[in-house]
Amino acid sequence: MLNLQNIYWAAPDNTPVLRGINLAIKKGRLTVLTGPNGSGKTTLFKLVAGLLPPQSGRILLDGEDITPLDVTQRAQKGVCLAFQQPVGFKGLTIGRLLELAAGEALDEGQRCALLSQVGLAWEEYKDRPADGSLSGGERKRVEIATVLARPGRLLLFDEPEAGLDLWSLAGLLDVFHTLRECRDKGMLLISHQARLLEAADEIIVLAGGRIVGQGPPARILPSLTAENHGPLPRGGGEA
Amino acid sequence: MNPVTEKFLKTLANWKGRFTGAYSLREDGCCVEACSTAFVQITPKKDLPGLDIHILPGSQGEVVAVPACVTTGGLDDLAYNDFFISPGAQATILAGCGLHTGDGPPASHSGIHRFFLGAGAKIRYLEKHLGDGGAALRSMGPEAHLQLEEGAQMEMDVAQLGGIDRARRTTQAVLAAGARLTVRESLLTDGAQQARSAFTVLLKGRGASVDLVSRSVARGESRQSYRSQITGSAPCAGRSACDALITGHAQVDAAPALCASHPDAALVHEAAIGRIASQQIYKLRTLGLTQAQAEEEIIKGFLSAPL
Repeated sequence: MLNLQNIYWAAPDNTPVLRGINLAIKKGRLTVLTGPNGSGKTTLFKLVAGLLPPQSGRILLDGEDITPLDVTQRAQKGVCLAFQQPVGFKGLTIGRLLELAAGEALDEGQRCALLSQVGLAWEEYKDRPADGSLSGGERKRVEIATVLARPGRLLLFDEPEAGLDLWSLAGLLDVFHTLRECRDKGMLLISHQARLLEAADEIIVLAGGRIVGQGPPARILPSLTAENHGPLPRGGGEA
Repeated sequence: MNPVTEKFLKTLANWKGRFTGAYSLREDGCCVEACSTAFVQITPKKDLPGLDIHILPGSQGEVVAVPACVTTGGLDDLAYNDFFISPGAQATILAGCGLHTGDGPPASHSGIHRFFLGAGAKIRYLEKHLGDGGAALRSMGPEAHLQLEEGAQMEMDVAQLGGIDRARRTTQAVLAAGARLTVRESLLTDGAQQARSAFTVLLKGRGASVDLVSRSVARGESRQSYRSQITGSAPCAGRSACDALITGHAQVDAAPALCASHPDAALVHEAAIGRIASQQIYKLRTLGLTQAQAEEEIIKGFLSAPL
């Protein structure tokens, strides 16, 4: 469903960040992108979501070239992104944010169901603004809920485990399993978390702006563990 | 009733075909409808344009609406309204002004409101201003002069919703012991509009307190100015906060000032002016909103954020 063809991007000081990325993401599969800090993972996400324009290469979504489209147009085509560090909005309630994500009015049951998926109780959060009064973990869960509310085709999650505790991580894995069963969406995650990597259908390893490994967890994880000089983290990020 | 007035009233006074409670409707400089109730007496002033409004002892939960509408250019409307709130009385007052002009002569409205709150009285005051119509200049100069006796409480929610080219707002208050004043102001300007808001509050009684919060959004080439001076001459508490968003080439200047003449006067101020964070815009755009829609949502939330 998503095809990246020879994507190249350099920082303003001309330092290459992505050096000719070719990648295919399929529907109904969970693909996890991993690699060391600075390897270009978040830049790749921004390019797919339209937050950055590629300097060369093409991005195809279900065969349609979306490279020239801006972030709004790509979102309207079904590209959804959960940011690693969600931004707060003064005065914008969680309920309103979910409605904006859904693109339509939601009834109480729908809002409740969305928040339940990320472990939040609607009654407790319905009137709360999505601002700095939420903890980092709460804000992260709301961020994930906005993506679940979208009628999207391609779901991008940038380190969804960051800020979540172990219980929430288990819930998050359930969400990904459910989405995978629907088989009509593609999912691409950035993660270093062992349980998410193990749950993946495919792992892509990025280093120095290039894909240096790609395959099922059984093949990729042993080499990642060796490079990490020990087991990969299994919990969430800081609470 | 003029259809322009009818449209304004829906926003100004939550009007749904009729008023509930006491009211006086001012249209193009004249009182066109008025009604008193058992606990609220509205009488026209004899020497000046405007009203004397008496909220009587025993009033609990009364609603008083005194909106004014200017529906044509070439009119400078001025009204003096005095509110006398009996000790212990409680009421909600709805006020505000709608200004409609064509492309011809300018129009203005100034409501000079004085409030005399007796001991223990509680008032919720909601005031909205908006303008629409053609290119002619729309101006307003609302003034509020407040006197709060012992233990009185007043909550003011004042909003300039847009469409006003020149606004000069003045609020002055004197608070006796244990009196409490909360002000929440929202200002929205666009284009070449200008708005100035100035507060002067004297906390002269033990335990008096004031909380001023101004939230403003300045867009286009508009200019806004926020001034506040809180003076504490007794053990008291005061806060003045101005939080402003600017977009385009707009300009906001804020100068909250404090003056304490008692060692137990606890006064603080804060002012923050900034643009909309690009991350906020990006997040909403990833939800399918355009840049303009994203800005509208952020501004709407910002102006409605709780104190």
